[in-house]
Amino acid sequence: MKSFDYLRPETLADAIAAGGAPGAAYLAGGTNLVDLMKTGAAVPDRIVDITRLPGLDRWEWLDDGGLRIGALVRNSDLAHDVDVAQTFPAMAEALLSGASGQLRNAATVGGNLMQATRCPFFADPTSSCNRREAGSGCAAQGLSARAFAVLGASEACIATHPSDFCVALAALGAMVEVAGPDGTRAVALTDFHRLPGAAPQTTTVLKPGELVTAITLPAAAAGFRRHARYLKLRDRTSFAFALVSAAAMLRIEDGIIAEARLAFGGVAAKPWRALDAEAALKGARPDADAFATAAARALEGAAATAGNGFKIPLAARIGARALTLAAAGTPAEMPVLPGSVHLGEPAHA
Amino acid sequence: MSHDLTLTINGTRQQIALDDPRVTLLDLLRERLHLTGTKKGCDRGQCGACTVLIDGRRQNACLALALSHDGAEITTIEGLAEGDTLHPVQAAFVAEDGMQCGYCTPGQVMSAVGLIAEGRAGTDPERIREGMSGNLCRCAAYSGITRAVLAAAEEMTTTKGERKTA
Repeated sequence: MKSFDYLRPETLADAIAAGGAPGAAYLAGGTNLVDLMKTGAAVPDRIVDITRLPGLDRWEWLDDGGLRIGALVRNSDLAHDVDVAQTFPAMAEALLSGASGQLRNAATVGGNLMQATRCPFFADPTSSCNRREAGSGCAAQGLSARAFAVLGASEACIATHPSDFCVALAALGAMVEVAGPDGTRAVALTDFHRLPGAAPQTTTVLKPGELVTAITLPAAAAGFRRHARYLKLRDRTSFAFALVSAAAMLRIEDGIIAEARLAFGGVAAKPWRALDAEAALKGARPDADAFATAAARALEGAAATAGNGFKIPLAARIGARALTLAAAGTPAEMPVLPGSVHLGEPAHA
Repeated sequence: MSHDLTLTINGTRQQIALDDPRVTLLDLLRERLHLTGTKKGCDRGQCGACTVLIDGRRQNACLALALSHDGAEITTIEGLAEGDTLHPVQAAFVAEDGMQCGYCTPGQVMSAVGLIAEGRAGTDPERIREGMSGNLCRCAAYSGITRAVLAAAEEMTTTKGERKTA
């Protein structure tokens, strides 16, 4: 690991001042950054440890029924809170489908947004990777591998964003609060991550020195609590990143879909919200045909690279199945295997 | 430049001077404090062999920069037994044969202690397996591990209040 200067500011202003320097990186739970520093994919000159910043390690219910989640809240604390899980069940299920118990205890919600792709070439500094080093090329192109993006990719980069949490946040219409040298601002979660285009090295809209301070869920997002699921297909049932995942939420009134939300994970460099599919479901009856048609519409612009073409129909099916499960109703209790496609049957022989 | 930190490790408060900010909690425990019960497997948060309790919560010591945990209370496998009396989770791993080579065992035990403390171990083997999925066992002693965690969770729940649970 390359050496670095270590700073542990105690105020947000000091953190921003320290974090704006070239080569600085913010450290919270460390579950992704420290790993990338070990492989040599991340080589910060300065670590600004933000774990002691006051007030960011808690959440608060807003007067209008929304929820403001401080960036340093641990994934496990948020997911296991009864009120949070009952109000935003797909978000809790997404959180609990990710990583392991140990990692969820360390990882923060702000860090979840900031985590890097798990593309193996990004993590390996001996491979060419435009995302890690601009202009160095993309070792993944032309390679037959299943993990890569089928939506929003470019010739420069076909990596995916690994988060489960962010998929649910995209569907819920979350806002990201950001603080930086020029003050604070709010960015929609769906605008926070950038598609690669010609400059995949710029992964978010954050400017130098800016950091995530909170995530806010609007009150309207609580309206989906009765019909909300997160479904995640992966190479093993637990402790694996999504091959394809979907967050599906419905508001059903008098047997008709008043409003639908659908977002996908594992398919793009950002959580992929499917607005066309949502529009197609509005006013429809919640049945299999409507769900299949809508989910297929979400994949209309998809394009395969070598070895991942199967993900396009797979994503459509996972989207339809997540909608079907959401229509059946949010489970009274969190499934034993959160996000799993194994329902009511042992996943282990 | 030296960095000073204070950690309470297995109940003993220690002042530590680090000459290098890169030292992880795992390397601090093993290489500098000679608490080698905590194991280094993958060193990347994937295997769970380095699991310790940080302020009572199970975490991967390999991904924790020691400096970032200044002031924390750390419990390692060395801190579980009381004299010759094994912690109920340790005793259950022995009774249920929850190991083969033993290398992953300290991490398995610490993870199980953390899982039971979280109050979500329950009595469903599937829930135990999901809760323990951050701990790999290359010998695949999983069925014994699952039985051990189930047995320990049951015992610690029924004797709650009478026994210290770390």
